[in-house]
Amino acid sequence: MPELMIRTDNLTKRFPCTTAGAERGCASLDEGAVGQDALQWFTAVDHVTFDVAPGEVLALLGPNGAGKTTTVRMLASILKPSEGWARVAGFDTVHQARQVRHAVGLLTEFPGLYLRMRADEYLDFFGQLQGLSTAQIRHRAERLMARFDLIEARRQRLAEYSKGMRQKLALIRAMIHDPPLLLLDEPTSAMDPHSAKLVRDAIRDLRQEQRAVLICTHNLSEAEMLADRIAIIRRGQIVALDTPARLKADLLGPPLLEVRLAHSLDGTVSELSDLIQVEASGQDWFQYRTPTPEMTNPALLARLSGMGAPVLTLSEVPRSLEEVYLRIVESEGNGGD
Amino acid sequence: MIWFIARREMRDTLRDWRIVMPIILLILILPWLMNWTAQVAIDFVQQRDAPIIGEQLIPFLLMIVGFFPISFSLVIALETFVGEKERRSIEPLLSMPITDLELYLGKMISATALPLLGSILAISVYLAGLYTSVGYTPALDLLVLIFVLNIVTGLVMVAGAVVVSSQTTSVRAANLLASFIIIPMALLIQAESVVMFWGSYSTLWVIVLGLLVVMAILVRMGTRTFNREEILGREIDELNVRRTGQLLRHFFVNPPEMASNLRNATVVASHPVRFVRWLVRVYRHDLPLLLRHNWMPAAIVVLFVVVASVLGWAYVAKLPLPQGSITLENLAAQDFEALSDLSYLPSLTTGGIFGHNVRVLLLAAPLALVTLGTLSILMLMVPLAMVGFLAGQLAWLGYNPLTFLAVFILPHGLFEIPAAIIATAFALRIGASITASREGLTVGEGVIAAVAEFVKVFVFVVVPLLLVAAFVEANITPQLVIWAYGG
Repeated sequence: MPELMIRTDNLTKRFPCTTAGAERGCASLDEGAVGQDALQWFTAVDHVTFDVAPGEVLALLGPNGAGKTTTVRMLASILKPSEGWARVAGFDTVHQARQVRHAVGLLTEFPGLYLRMRADEYLDFFGQLQGLSTAQIRHRAERLMARFDLIEARRQRLAEYSKGMRQKLALIRAMIHDPPLLLLDEPTSAMDPHSAKLVRDAIRDLRQEQRAVLICTHNLSEAEMLADRIAIIRRGQIVALDTPARLKADLLGPPLLEVRLAHSLDGTVSELSDLIQVEASGQDWFQYRTPTPEMTNPALLARLSGMGAPVLTLSEVPRSLEEVYLRIVESEGNGGD
Repeated sequence: MIWFIARREMRDTLRDWRIVMPIILLILILPWLMNWTAQVAIDFVQQRDAPIIGEQLIPFLLMIVGFFPISFSLVIALETFVGEKERRSIEPLLSMPITDLELYLGKMISATALPLLGSILAISVYLAGLYTSVGYTPALDLLVLIFVLNIVTGLVMVAGAVVVSSQTTSVRAANLLASFIIIPMALLIQAESVVMFWGSYSTLWVIVLGLLVVMAILVRMGTRTFNREEILGREIDELNVRRTGQLLRHFFVNPPEMASNLRNATVVASHPVRFVRWLVRVYRHDLPLLLRHNWMPAAIVVLFVVVASVLGWAYVAKLPLPQGSITLENLAAQDFEALSDLSYLPSLTTGGIFGHNVRVLLLAAPLALVTLGTLSILMLMVPLAMVGFLAGQLAWLGYNPLTFLAVFILPHGLFEIPAAIIATAFALRIGASITASREGLTVGEGVIAAVAEFVKVFVFVVVPLLLVAAFVEANITPQLVIWAYGG
């Protein structure tokens, strides 16, 4: 098993600038070029560098058109980078494309199923392309279809599948050959809550099996639930890459804490001004931040106890990844490429 | 891998009643219809004592019966290639550990196999009907010819369909572009019909050979254009004229080695260069590099030119001129002036000759683009074949051909012939760029790069040479001729 499942260094992808693309921000590579005569390029992915270790889940977030799908396509050796390089499972994505595609399970943005095929035929086909034997395909297909509640529908034509079922089948297709790396584009889109939970559980199991998973998603709560680290990509560049907790701490400041009392505040807050700065308060609660909770909180509790103000709860106000994401994406003006 | 892909595609096609039903109808109904037509036609012509027409009609109908099912290969090919992209089912396939070539061949086989089977069945049904009704059995060589013709026709259509569908993003657009395949094939079938009526089966074998060459070229183009970058990189069908102009300028202005690094910022970045310095760089660096890199097309052109001259010389034996038909003695200046009166020759002035030669060699570029280089080479072969022919004739008539060559051809030929070879070689490169794209460039970019290089070499090498050649031809060659042959 390689030390890193994904390694990229200044991964860049440029496309010819079309008339429509001109509005998205095309530019010439030639710094000395002047005017519209210079060859214009649209840089979809701009010098992206990151890595993913075995057993790690990395979530790739970003607005529409940020470059997530293009990045995933380069990692899956479908597109070649214009600059930079990427190594997947130890293989170079350009010069060892076949080995990379064998090591990767890709769930594409659209399921892209062959609607006239049956589900078992479909998995059989892709299993054969991955070099599996008929027995292996059958065994794995049955196990995965049972896991994702599709076993009863395995002999149905895919045209009869619902959107959620098609998405699950596409995920099974990506997993059929037991790859060490999974690239999942919106894995739970169009799924009911139960199915989405099945998928999330499967991703957690993959992590335990030391598989690496890269998820592209707009579902921030899901990303926070599953990902060890989050990368936020905007206009082709990674603008943030860290664990959810550190991203929140770095961008949103110290955590917001809330105290709930057994009775109303009645001027309690003013007597605490030397300890904390209350940011918000209500009838029987108040909120504050502190950079040193390990010192402030015990002192606060002691003070409240001394004041005869019984504390019901002292807890952190949950901060969503959405706040972090929006702050980053909106920090340079309105995002959305 | 190829077989897995082909098998899946064929199964998928068999489940599509919109394709299967017409093929079945063509297998069952068309042969019966042609059979009935043959019987009626034979009776009709026999009554008018022209049985040969009926005899030639049967093979013609045999060809038609075999062709119609094969024509479905075009529909299937367009559907399987661009339809898959439209339905977004191509990307999972592209993420599999298969090469572009395996995918291409798998789809080609599937697009051809079922229509071919239909064609064979239709022919069999037709022949069975003919044997039953009029006791006709075709000669084995005719049967083989019809089968081979149908197979190759099907493959040409499929290969053409791949090239077409790789340039579009929708089945609708591909069907519109498919007229570029259907119209020539329809014309070809009509031509084959005429040849079939003539009974000239050897001509049909020549057509088969020609179709094989076309198929090889289209397959090569297809394998170049059917790749992951081209399939997923094109999002909309758009004619981007501005970008074409930008690319042309880029390839013309920048050194040739930057062509392959079009997308790499660390290589592309350049600095404003003054015109004189740029010109010096063009002559010192760009042109020598271009000429060195294109030694192969130049060698091919030289080979064809030599072959043409030799063939021209050899043709004298078939068409020898009678003794006394050409006299080179006592040539004078007024003989050259008289040549100017001939409307099909340019005026024998520097400007006239220069303009003529530039026009002709410039034409080589667009001709190369539409004929993959063949017409460009032919255009150069013809005059040099004529030179060889004339030299041979003069030798036949007792003149020294070396003297002829030395005074009539060599003075300006020293400049004109290399210029023509270089221009034709770079034109050939334009034609070849459609089938053999360069590393780091798409097919379209490769063609534009080849055009830009042609223009660069033409402007800075060919035009100066032609100017000198024209001056020599107008002013020096006549003097040398008069000196050698004058009274």
